[in-house]
Amino acid sequence: MEKLKNMNKTTRRNFLTYAFVIAAYIILQLWAGAGMKSSLRGMLVSICAYVVMAVSLNLTVGVLGELSLGHAGFMSVGAFTGVTAAVALQNAVASAPLRLAIAMVVGAIFAAIIGFLIGIPVLRLNGDYLAIVTLAFGEIIKTIFNNLYVGLDAKGFHISLLEDRTQLLEGGKLIIAGPMGIGGIQKIASFTGGAILVLLCLVVIFNLVNSRAGRAIMALRDNRIAAESVGISVTKYKMMAFVTSAAMAGAAGALFALNYSTIVANKFDFNTSILVLVFVVLGGLGNMFGSIVAAAALTILPEALRGSDKYRMLIYAVVLILVMLGTNSPRVRGFLEKLLPRRGGKKEGV
Amino acid sequence: MKRMKKTLALLLAAVLCLGALAACGDSGSSGATANTTSGGTDTGSAGGNPVFKLGGTGPLTGGAAIYGNAVYNAAQIAVEEINALDGVHFELKFEDDQHDAEKAVNAYNALKDWGMQVSISSVTSKPAEATSVEAYNDRVFSITPSASSTATTEGKDNVFQMCFIDPAQGTMAAQTIARLNLSNKVAVIWKNDDVYSAGIHETFLTEAAAQGIEVVSDTTFADGSDTDFSVQIADAQAKGAELVFLPMYYQPASLIFAQARAAGYAPVWFGVDGMDGILTLEGFDTSLAENVYLLTPFNAWGTDARNVSFVEKYQQRFGDVPNQFAADSYDCVYALKQALDAAGCTPDMSNADICSAMLAQFTSMTFDGLTGTGATWDGATGRVSKNPLVVVIRDGIYVAAD
Repeated sequence: MEKLKNMNKTTRRNFLTYAFVIAAYIILQLWAGAGMKSSLRGMLVSICAYVVMAVSLNLTVGVLGELSLGHAGFMSVGAFTGVTAAVALQNAVASAPLRLAIAMVVGAIFAAIIGFLIGIPVLRLNGDYLAIVTLAFGEIIKTIFNNLYVGLDAKGFHISLLEDRTQLLEGGKLIIAGPMGIGGIQKIASFTGGAILVLLCLVVIFNLVNSRAGRAIMALRDNRIAAESVGISVTKYKMMAFVTSAAMAGAAGALFALNYSTIVANKFDFNTSILVLVFVVLGGLGNMFGSIVAAAALTILPEALRGSDKYRMLIYAVVLILVMLGTNSPRVRGFLEKLLPRRGGKKEGV
Repeated sequence: MKRMKKTLALLLAAVLCLGALAACGDSGSSGATANTTSGGTDTGSAGGNPVFKLGGTGPLTGGAAIYGNAVYNAAQIAVEEINALDGVHFELKFEDDQHDAEKAVNAYNALKDWGMQVSISSVTSKPAEATSVEAYNDRVFSITPSASSTATTEGKDNVFQMCFIDPAQGTMAAQTIARLNLSNKVAVIWKNDDVYSAGIHETFLTEAAAQGIEVVSDTTFADGSDTDFSVQIADAQAKGAELVFLPMYYQPASLIFAQARAAGYAPVWFGVDGMDGILTLEGFDTSLAENVYLLTPFNAWGTDARNVSFVEKYQQRFGDVPNQFAADSYDCVYALKQALDAAGCTPDMSNADICSAMLAQFTSMTFDGLTGTGATWDGATGRVSKNPLVVVIRDGIYVAAD
């Protein structure tokens, strides 16, 4: 405990975030074994996926300072490639957790590659322009997967665009069927896998942010011209943050898709990108702990409101507005600080 | 301190507002959902009728809400009627899934927590694929009114369909065009990011080739590009298509009709069951749909006594003419009742026991409903077998085409 107090502020906050995730995992896991409602139990994995989406987008928006509106596109890439890998290895790899891990790695790698390719033209832009281009990128990914057919048979993968020309041999399987997406997925995603992914992503992000590279990235965010003038390579560091963020979104996509028996490209549309952005903004830009809490709370909230049926989405929207207003109001912050006097004194000026 | 009080007061007021809204919602929903049920439960327990918990999910909000609401409305009517009869009674709970697989699974889990015993599955295909896997694992007997993809029932012995599967519709459409001798030069306009449209399109092409029908133009549209069809119409017109096959839902079709008329193009139009409902589309000039052929399981202008009574009740309560989704849903609830009655199930049985008793019934019984008489189910695939209806629109109503 004494050691914890002597740590520097950021390190302490990071360790508390790890501790929070681990504690939440242990509590939920125990509860899931002992009479948790199925509606909450069914959401555990998707909460993990959304948390990873939120922290990864926070890296782009909060740390790098670039508004990205196409984050669901990377999730989509990860989902489709990850599930394809999982289906292809169904017989070769018997262990479901191992297959899940491979799927997430494959999803992350493909999303990183796409992130790199997209990053080349996109990261030359700033601000609003970048936002619009990423928005278009998300739509492009959606359209591609809506028209992509991927089949697997004894001869290997067959890929065709626009129509199904895969001509699979006997015993072959059409994995991605254009607009029908992927069906008949074996649900191998687990809460444990999700929690491990969340922790891994946090480790990567915290270490990146606290490194030399992280300081360079934040310098770019705060003043690009000043950063450039002291010799920081804009493209290199922007790309580093952007690709890391894309890779994590890809892994989250694979995790998410493997939690449902079916997945379609239209799921990862503009609305999903905005939803993730809402998590980030609500949790606070650059605040990973906030992103985690916001993603979990806003995933559970619409389900928790099911009892109020018709007004559910209205209440959801009203709550969003209230929370946004509340967290931004100095009065409410002051009030919260009074409630938590322990932290009040030490809190750094915002 | 004063300020803080003010903030606190504001917060309190907000919380109260929320509470009031939530309460509204609750009473509103129970008005809709449980009205039938509380009445049913009372008479049920008084008369000693077994009451089963019937669940279902569908899009009650969002772009596909019209289908979910039709199914939900008709299911309510069916449950009310059944609860006034002898035999099993139902308590109905229908959850919103916004036409999304993720939310459908959440909705299914909420129903599971409620204690659902039999299910009318999900309204749309992709959500139904996701929830039917859950229903299979939990051994909840399900019959979907309208999820028509093959994957909905594939590999799940306890999931059945009341509607035709998409591929069957494409095949039947091509056969009907050949049988009625409508045309040999056909154009197809379809939505290439839609499961329903793609499924029908694929088998239509195969069967058209087998029937000697030439497909001269094959054009597509997608979500977001579904308001301007001038390119597709011009292509069909230029290539001399005499019939245009439209495997899609009726909103885009209504625009195609209007834009084709503006372009001076008047082919024979042929639709599938998604076209049903076009006559009740708000602001639609029904003369545009004159002479449109469609395959549908249900004719709202049919003269059969049950048909008339259902349409009357539906119009009285919800204000529109019911479509095939509604009729399929009505039939689902009645088919469940018939099977539960025949199997002699009681509500205290476990879901797995109810499920196996229902499986025995559904694979052996014959069901007469609004959407076709003598319907039977194939136990291996869960698909229904009944005769499709071919109708043509004349003077704003359906008339049998053959």
